[in-house]
Amino acid sequence: MSHEHPASIEVEGLVKQFKKGPRAVDGIDLRVEPGEIYGFLGPNGAGKSTTVLMLTTLLPPDKGAARVAGFDVGREGARVRENIGAALQEAALDPFLTGREHMRLQTALHGLPKAERRKRGDSLIERVGLSDAADRRVGGYSGGMKRRLDLALALVHGPRVLFLDEPTTGLDIQSRTALWEEVGRLARDEGVTVFLTTQYLEEADALANRVGIIDHGRLVAEGTPGALKAEIGDPSVEAVPADPKRRDDVARVLQQFGAGECPHAIDESIAVRLKGGDSSLADVVRALDREGIEVAHLQLHAPSLDDVFLAKTGRTLEGSGEGEEDDAVLEEPRQPTASGAAAA
Amino acid sequence: MSSPVFTQVAELGRRSIMRTLRQPAQVVPTITFPLFLLAINAGGLDATTNLPGFPTNSYLTFALAVPFIQSGIFAVNNGGADLARDIETGFLDRLALTPMSGVALVAGQLAGVIALGFINAIVYLLVGLAAGASLAAGLSGAFVLLALATLITFAFGCIGVYAAFKFGNGEAVQGLFPVLFVFLFLSSMALPRPLIEQDWFRTIATYNPVSYLIEGIRSLFIDGFDAEALALAFGSALVIAGIFLALAVTNLRTRLVRT
Repeated sequence: MSHEHPASIEVEGLVKQFKKGPRAVDGIDLRVEPGEIYGFLGPNGAGKSTTVLMLTTLLPPDKGAARVAGFDVGREGARVRENIGAALQEAALDPFLTGREHMRLQTALHGLPKAERRKRGDSLIERVGLSDAADRRVGGYSGGMKRRLDLALALVHGPRVLFLDEPTTGLDIQSRTALWEEVGRLARDEGVTVFLTTQYLEEADALANRVGIIDHGRLVAEGTPGALKAEIGDPSVEAVPADPKRRDDVARVLQQFGAGECPHAIDESIAVRLKGGDSSLADVVRALDREGIEVAHLQLHAPSLDDVFLAKTGRTLEGSGEGEEDDAVLEEPRQPTASGAAAA
Repeated sequence: MSSPVFTQVAELGRRSIMRTLRQPAQVVPTITFPLFLLAINAGGLDATTNLPGFPTNSYLTFALAVPFIQSGIFAVNNGGADLARDIETGFLDRLALTPMSGVALVAGQLAGVIALGFINAIVYLLVGLAAGASLAAGLSGAFVLLALATLITFAFGCIGVYAAFKFGNGEAVQGLFPVLFVFLFLSSMALPRPLIEQDWFRTIATYNPVSYLIEGIRSLFIDGFDAEALALAFGSALVIAGIFLALAVTNLRTRLVRT
């Protein structure tokens, strides 16, 4: 790799294999520029969390190299940690402490001068909208509040790179949107680089400047959401006949407009990718009308990241991780390697 | 930026103490359960003092040493389970991403159980004296007693911390609780070792370090300052603490992996 300016995250051939099972991460290369939001998208067990643990120095890689904020994760772990913040999977909080007490602990451990700790903690608490709940124990917080506190804790020392591992999993839409806004603001206004793992397509689509799609430990696609979707090309049309008995007729009509593929059924609807793009929709309507088929619902779908995932892996993203184990790292204790991992 | 180790220990210790004291399920049983057992034993076994060679005519005074050890056994559970929860929930990873030292983590983690052990020791002593037990070593002996009780709690707390790092889950730590109670029952808890009739029991009690912990505390109540008993008690507690602290630090290397 040769680039004019240093990347925030630079990864070459990163590999992690656990004792039992296949390679959790199997030779990943990626580069994230300063101030960029990089969405790392994939189903459960794809290797997202394992990658994050390696990049945050919490798991030594077996092979490959990675530099974060300009420092080698294998040899300069302490320098990496000084420059990163992380909110890992599940908000790791102490239910018996208040939000403000969490801030006090985190600011002290990060070595902020005593006079600044309270001020910094209070400002971050206010920023994530938890001022009213700051003196309540975290055990009584909602999932969204916990995630917001988690984010605030990750920002205590002003990190240049922020790792967010599935930050909105299990959150309602309102909490999710609030977190997206804050993450977007961090990158936009403060130039923080954000490495965000997610299994939500809309999250990657809404937030990320670029997306990397990981499956079975390998990066199968990378690019801006727009570019990835453009690779897929044609939009699809979905029709629901008013009379369910006429589904076969709808399928026959739609097949004439399909991009070489058979229409597929999704619940009550029939869908096909349009070979003529958006402009074919009017032709579809006329053809259905000619056949005397009344439709209850007709919708044009632009290509989504799920279509990208389908095209790259042959499976849809949603549900493709079901039944698979989470990243193996969560299942077995982490072992230091001979290459220099050490306890504190 | 990195904070001095003493700041880290102080903040982690503060957290440990607050967390402990905010869990009534950790605090209340450690006070009530040993005192309840003491009341039953003192009431039901008082006739034991009639045995020839029994060192005191008050079984309450004799048995008052036992709650201090039971408090230590609770420390295994409380300290270990809290740390195991930190491992399970990922809180340890959060700490690992700060410049925190491993020493600060272990020391801070033990602050809560030590604080609770100290409070418990004061309560046992005051309740025991109020109920009619005597403290032969007097006021200065009370301070030695509190120091020894706190050291014993620290030693047992180290077992809990080791177990948490080793197994990484709360259930495994809690599994130690009955095992340690077996050690307590196979000690000189109920009778002085010379009066234990069964040879096998007496032999086990002699090799069981818990006997020396109990006898050290008991000596303060019954004999005053018995240098040998106190040396054996302090020594046993230090050996237990040393062994399990070393094991805890070794296992910390696996749990707190950072490049």
